[in-house]
Amino acid sequence: MTDTIILYIQNARPLSLSGHVGFDSLPDQLVNKSTSQGFCFNILCIGETGIGKSTLMDTLFNTNFENFESSHFEPRVKLRAQTYDLQESNVRLKLTIVNTVGFGDQMNKQESYQHVVDYIDTQFESYLQEELKIKRSLHNYHDSRIHACLYFIAPSGHSLKSLDLVTMKKLDSKVNIIPVIAKADTISKSELHKFKIKIMSELVSNGVQIYQFPTDDETVSKINTAMNGHLPFAVVGSTEEVKIGNKMVKARQYPWGVVQVENENHCDFVKLREMLICVNMEDLREQTHTRHYELYRRCKLEEMGFRDTDPESKPVSLQETYEAKRQEFLQELQRREEEMRQTFVQRVKEKEAELKEAERELQGKFEQLKRLHMEEKSKLDEKRKSLEDEMSSFSKKKAAAELLQGQAFTANSNLKKDKDRKK
Amino acid sequence: MGGRDLFGYVGIEAVLDQMRRKTMKAGFEFNIMVVGQSGLGKSTLVNTLFKSKVSRKSCTPSYEEKISRTVHLKSVSHIIEEKGVKMRLTVIDTPGFGDQINNENCWDPIVKYINEQYEKYLTEELHITRKRRIPDTRVHCCVYFLPATGHRLRPIDVEFMKRLGKIVSIVPVIAKADTLTMDERLDFKQRIRQDLQASGIRVYPQKEYDEDVEDRIRNDKIRENIPFAVVGTDKEHQVNGNKVLGRKTKWGIIEVENVAHCEFANLRDLLVRSHLQDLKDVTHYIHYETYRVRRLNESNASVSGLSALPLENGITEKYEAQSQL
Repeated sequence: MTDTIILYIQNARPLSLSGHVGFDSLPDQLVNKSTSQGFCFNILCIGETGIGKSTLMDTLFNTNFENFESSHFEPRVKLRAQTYDLQESNVRLKLTIVNTVGFGDQMNKQESYQHVVDYIDTQFESYLQEELKIKRSLHNYHDSRIHACLYFIAPSGHSLKSLDLVTMKKLDSKVNIIPVIAKADTISKSELHKFKIKIMSELVSNGVQIYQFPTDDETVSKINTAMNGHLPFAVVGSTEEVKIGNKMVKARQYPWGVVQVENENHCDFVKLREMLICVNMEDLREQTHTRHYELYRRCKLEEMGFRDTDPESKPVSLQETYEAKRQEFLQELQRREEEMRQTFVQRVKEKEAELKEAERELQGKFEQLKRLHMEEKSKLDEKRKSLEDEMSSFSKKKAAAELLQGQAFTANSNLKKDKDRKK
Repeated sequence: MGGRDLFGYVGIEAVLDQMRRKTMKAGFEFNIMVVGQSGLGKSTLVNTLFKSKVSRKSCTPSYEEKISRTVHLKSVSHIIEEKGVKMRLTVIDTPGFGDQINNENCWDPIVKYINEQYEKYLTEELHITRKRRIPDTRVHCCVYFLPATGHRLRPIDVEFMKRLGKIVSIVPVIAKADTLTMDERLDFKQRIRQDLQASGIRVYPQKEYDEDVEDRIRNDKIRENIPFAVVGTDKEHQVNGNKVLGRKTKWGIIEVENVAHCEFANLRDLLVRSHLQDLKDVTHYIHYETYRVRRLNESNASVSGLSALPLENGITEKYEAQSQL
């Protein structure tokens, strides 16, 4: 950011004022405006079930967030987000806490980090959509992008688990990661020191980029550099109060002593609260917007095929690319439509051919049957003819026979007549 | 979601300090445009406002030099610093406005300039790889100088303010107000306010953009007083043992920063001390967004007539379709 100012100074003459103008109230004007609008802060807590995420949030924000214990039998990692409205003096904060449910519980943890990455990407995506809209309302938009990610490391005292390394590696370019060692009262001071060194060296050797507290602003650079050396913070969370001396303090009571949450000798809770809220909240939000979101936006738009410069390195406007893409898309649609139409015509032709074939077959069968029928008929006709012939010849014979008989009878009767006459 | 009470100190209010620090480090930008006929005291006023030699007074052209035919726009940038707050102040001057015999369309170069700045910002915002901070050259405020005629708004005033009131925040001022008596001044202001309302001209602070009751009360007080009657000077004189900025005449000294004499202090408070951030916000969230909507809709509709209806959210729809392809 300093380089933009230097560039500006090169283009403009510095001028000295001869009196009090009054624009030194500008930061106050800006702050007042933001106060009336309210601030927005989103924290993502990643850690195994039962590691103390909800308790730490309760302790950090000094309030009871009404969380219930999750079961260890979730089939896959889920993320649960809850939004709260907090107010301290005149500052309103819209706090969203996202907890992972079931992280590290499954037998096969290969897909665990993917759900977290998807959630973060979804938040970036909805912001990008809003930004690209024509009628947008960025002013009133409820920013749900994750500003800080607290990664809870189990206090084994040895080193990071492989799940931790894989998850942090996948998330370091998407979100500001702040690793914390949870339930730090189970580790002794000397073990803790070794543990911290081991963790940091593992992170460095695996190329994981965790969030570094900014050291470029003189007001906070000293404290930030000191805190950078204390990472990861070893925290203890508790909402119960125990009487120490004559004060009630947040602490965990054991038979062998009391672990005070806000005692810097006992754990790093106060440091975490300082860094996360009091000193760097605004920087976390800024980094999310200017670094992580811009990276996401750039990758997403480049994926879609938008470029700032075309192959000849001439600047191309988003408008032109968009219109070109739209033309492409519409042409693609047309081509598809054409294709479909062709396929349809093809199919129709085929069907017609099939039907014709069937028709022809039927016709053939019909002809055959007809022929058979004809043959049968002619046969029958022949038979009938021969029968009729027989009948006629028979009747002829019968007639001839009758005639003969008649003749014979008349001959007989003639004979008789003759005989009678002779007498 | 619900409101929660805090049991003890958390430290949320420290975010205000963080914000203050960050903005002070980043610095501010403010672009102010002054429009008015020559000789109305624009440069002097700007110099008085920012207590330094921001603009050089344009010397009156001798009779050999021609008065320029068109309105030029000259923009000069300075870095000024006060109590650790750095500001890059750009003053855009418009010599030649209203000076010609035929002043038709003299506002065109100004409208073009303002839209060009919006276009520059929009292009940068649409880039794939964007700068960390987009340089803001958009005009945040346009101070329009009305000559102290004592009558009403002139046609050129009405035309100009009508057109520009839609794209930029206009603050009208009565220039060289030491020619009017108090009564004349009140009458003049009232008539101007009537004229503004009758022509439908919206000047800053616009009624529609008041966010809550407090804002409305504050801005109503301002609205009752516009246009401010101002007198500008960079000379100092002794009055009652104090050095004050004033114009010395034979009949007295007009103290610029005395609210009984003129309203310069009110204008300065409005522009610099209380409403500077608001001016920038109105420009960014309202005027710029209006321009952006218009511009993006234009380019949607200009695509070949395959799309019968202009898409409201053209890019998002296309983007969804693309992801389904």
